[in-house]
Amino acid sequence: MIELKNISKTFKVAQRSAGFSEAVKALFKKEYTYVNALRDVSFTVQDGEMVGYIGPNGAGKSSTVKVMSGILTPDSGECIIDGLTPWKSRKEHVKNIGVVFGQRSQLWWDVPVIDSFELLRDIYKVDESGYKKTLSALTEQLNIGDIIKTPVRQLSLGQRMRCEIAASLLHSPKILFLDEPTIGLDAVSKIAVRDFIKTLNRENGTTVILTTHDMQDIEALTERILLIGKGRILLDGTLSQLKNRHSTHKTLTVDYIGEKLPEAENMTVVKDMGGHAEIVIDTSLISVSQAVAQISASVELKDISVTGESVDETVVSLYKEFNI
Amino acid sequence: MKLYLKFIAIQLKSQMQYKASFFMTAVGQFLISFSAFLGVYFMLSRFHSVKGFELPEILICFSVVLTSFAISECFVRGFDVFPRLIQSGNLDRILLRPRNEVFQVLTSNIEFTRFGRLLQALLMLVYAVPASGIVWSFDKIMTVVLMIIGGIAVFSSLFVLYAGISFFTVEGIEFMNIFTDGTKEFGKYPVSIYGKGILKFYTYVVPIALFQYYPFLYLVGRSDSIGLIFLPLLGFLFMIPCYCFFRFGLRRYKSTGS
Repeated sequence: MIELKNISKTFKVAQRSAGFSEAVKALFKKEYTYVNALRDVSFTVQDGEMVGYIGPNGAGKSSTVKVMSGILTPDSGECIIDGLTPWKSRKEHVKNIGVVFGQRSQLWWDVPVIDSFELLRDIYKVDESGYKKTLSALTEQLNIGDIIKTPVRQLSLGQRMRCEIAASLLHSPKILFLDEPTIGLDAVSKIAVRDFIKTLNRENGTTVILTTHDMQDIEALTERILLIGKGRILLDGTLSQLKNRHSTHKTLTVDYIGEKLPEAENMTVVKDMGGHAEIVIDTSLISVSQAVAQISASVELKDISVTGESVDETVVSLYKEFNI
Repeated sequence: MKLYLKFIAIQLKSQMQYKASFFMTAVGQFLISFSAFLGVYFMLSRFHSVKGFELPEILICFSVVLTSFAISECFVRGFDVFPRLIQSGNLDRILLRPRNEVFQVLTSNIEFTRFGRLLQALLMLVYAVPASGIVWSFDKIMTVVLMIIGGIAVFSSLFVLYAGISFFTVEGIEFMNIFTDGTKEFGKYPVSIYGKGILKFYTYVVPIALFQYYPFLYLVGRSDSIGLIFLPLLGFLFMIPCYCFFRFGLRRYKSTGS
């Protein structure tokens, strides 16, 4: 179980304006501003849960992950993960976690992937039989059997990312932190990575905390979402709650036979080109089926499609709402 | 220890991926030290002695310093290039693994090309030993060995100190090279030739005189006190404050963005 209570962290950042004279001035006298990277962050994650952690750039996502993985010591607050405080019992704690940074490699660049795996086995003191079992399972699921004898520098990004994920799971951690695992990947690799994470969570009960900017990742993987902005946790809920809260508006696109749609209550016709129209309805006032019934009562429908706000749009409106 | 050997193997494999670069760097290291040797050689073929020390004696001193510097640079390279480790974010990776931080920094970079320099240092020793007229006995051999070990301790401590400072500056600071490379340059000659002030500095502040000068006096027969043989071991005491400073920096560490 992961438990964070009132975690706060402030960074001191040197500031100076542009220009040469300012640069010279900064040599002698530096001005600092304090950035509150984390303010009173509290949440709990149960074993086996899969949580999406979202927020704009610089909101504090990575800082939180760093606190939870023991790299960063917060100024105040409590963080207890499976009974341990990460920054106090670092060595004990990191045995139980796996961390994938999408933008940084943990493999040795110039040697075949398998060499890195074997070194990691020794670093984590994984026993030989356990290692063999985990490795064969991982190579099969992530489909990396053909590439583990290739030096890392010759792998494509998608291949490398799959190897990175395998590398952070060799010691069978109970908790996996993924920091933008699908960044820069093509559609096929993205789906492969997502499927793997889903299976891992379902079959091994691994707790997964995922930070990402890719809302499709969130949609495909997680039920629960944590939204962070300016260092504060703003929302903690499920994806559908979030969507409903923000978009009660749905757009109906209809093809019909006839001249013009009649005006109706609670329906706004945004576009009508005679035979093709777009209508926006507010689902808190009128349900989709009622609306369709009303339309089909007055004209003959050929085709109809209903679209809600996309997750990306939801997130943008969320960011707007919280002013982050 | 077994794990350390595995790290050595993987580092060697990595560096052997670029064979041409590896050997040219090694040869380059050899030549750089060789030119420093020529500098000393020509100087002394003109002046014969510096403050009463003659060429073979000075070469012994020089080669001891160079040997310990080369060995430290090879195996403690991780601390020497520590600012890079911070900037690239690889220190985060180190902190994510269930092993001692110092061990992992040591194994993050092992610079085998420094064997070029080591070879040059040993050649110099081979030349200087018969030429110096020292009667080699067990205690004198001990002295040289302890001098080298003490030297490794002091140079390694300097690298660790340098790494500790970069926690606060992020950039490595050039001025620290006065203590690392500068010490190696000063160490070419017995430090007493630079005068009393410098000798004091190099005894009490950066204790290179402990392994380079005092035992050297015994080695060349200018002093009879046998206690000087063990003076280089005091170099290990210098490790303590340097290590503590590094730990202090590590506790205050904040990693780079994203």
